[in-house]
Amino acid sequence: MRFSALRVLKEGLTGNKGWGPHWRDPEPKPEYDAIIIGGGGHGLSTAYYLAKNHGMTNIAVLEKGYIGGGNVGRNTTIVRANYFLPGNQEFYSHSLKLWEDLEIDLNYNVMHSQRGLINLFHSDGQRDAFARRGNAMINQGDDAILLDREGVREMLPYLDFDNIRFPIYGGLYHPRGGTARHDAVAWGYARGADQRGVDLIQNCEVTGIDIENGQVIGVQTTRGAIKARKVGMVVAGRSSQVAAMAGMQIPIESTVLQAFVTEGLKPVIDHVISFGMGHFYISQSDKGGLVFGGDVDFYATYSQRGNLPMMEHVMEAGMTLMPMIGKAKVLRSWGGIMDMSPDGSPVIDKTHIDGLFLNCGWNYGGFKAVPASGWSMAHLMATGNHSEYASKFLLDRFRSGYGLMDEEGTGSQHNLH
Amino acid sequence: MRINCPICGERDRREFYYVGAAQNVARPAPDAGADVWNDYLHNRENPAGRTRDLWQHESGCAAWLVVTRDTNTHEIFSVELASKSEEATR
Repeated sequence: MRFSALRVLKEGLTGNKGWGPHWRDPEPKPEYDAIIIGGGGHGLSTAYYLAKNHGMTNIAVLEKGYIGGGNVGRNTTIVRANYFLPGNQEFYSHSLKLWEDLEIDLNYNVMHSQRGLINLFHSDGQRDAFARRGNAMINQGDDAILLDREGVREMLPYLDFDNIRFPIYGGLYHPRGGTARHDAVAWGYARGADQRGVDLIQNCEVTGIDIENGQVIGVQTTRGAIKARKVGMVVAGRSSQVAAMAGMQIPIESTVLQAFVTEGLKPVIDHVISFGMGHFYISQSDKGGLVFGGDVDFYATYSQRGNLPMMEHVMEAGMTLMPMIGKAKVLRSWGGIMDMSPDGSPVIDKTHIDGLFLNCGWNYGGFKAVPASGWSMAHLMATGNHSEYASKFLLDRFRSGYGLMDEEGTGSQHNLH
Repeated sequence: MRINCPICGERDRREFYYVGAAQNVARPAPDAGADVWNDYLHNRENPAGRTRDLWQHESGCAAWLVVTRDTNTHEIFSVELASKSEEATR
């Protein structure tokens, strides 16, 4: 089933009776060439690119819940490529390019909206740092414009420019940044993988990883044992539990990141605004809700709900930046479990067990990485070599200290990111 | 979340600074080797369920505390001085 304007018109005139399920609901086979543990954004995109780029179609994605029920449906949908360090830069740059072609590639409307992202700064020193970051982005081939105070005022007249603690000096404008409809991203990749023959197996929790003589040979699940000599662990916040099934301890702590949405309002915020000093960022969804969030709750947790102190902090930061937000009513809040790494950058790597691959450590930035993460993970699983876009996300960097990617410059240590 | 400091009594979570897993207390010997130090600094059990982690009563008595709690429910089972914890006497 292909989507097209003609098809929408035809279905609209005939009672919308021709639409079917977007993917099959297959029984697991006893054996596959490869298994992806985790049917989130990264797992689904890994399966999609394994099939599309590498012709591996005898593969399965095992999801313990349902497709789109984890972090891929719990984030604040921001897409950007404004990273500074080599390793991160080429990866997020590639990801943004994949985003720009995603709807045509998947034949699926993911509502990717390049409305522009603005990172605000509040001092001369911060301006210098953002100018440097902007130059790094331009050198990478992406776009960045340094706005002065009046430039920001022209685009975002409703901010409190003269706040006594954080007066707005300007902003780094990334025009190609924006948002996307997160559920549609999961559904589009799921449909694309399914159409190429990938089995998406839901309600199938992995309970064990079978290893023989240092080689992975399959997994145990709640729906029986499944054999495969290539297994990818792509489970974000649950990475520690799945890695433990292979006898591994990995450098991940899981914390909760909260997000909030207001009642639907008329269009008022046209961009994505990031107020780093207050730990606050905001955009407006196509339904009209203001979608915003702040920092993680800063303690290890697996409960998908946040604590009140961070909620209060986020509301205060919002009021500081744009006092008009006080008139909006918060409709919902929720939390997602973040797989936090010591240096704030991810891992896409082999493990010491042959055929077992690890994809984790996305911290609070996994959504925009979905296309390139799957692309790179698929490359690694199919060829055994790191993709040119993700050659530095190595697990051993923490032990050796070589190649750490500490984007915030706070140090490679748990609890600092 | 409220934490019962053994010195100050029950206080709001906001008075406490979270460090991480309680293994932070069990510092290896300087010459223990790279793998031991890597485990100490980076690798974590990160359990879903009962955990022990290190906090400091930053805005109170400044004591270092080991808290035993549940990462699924946020229930707190016990709070003890880090200096008297099993991690410190390993």
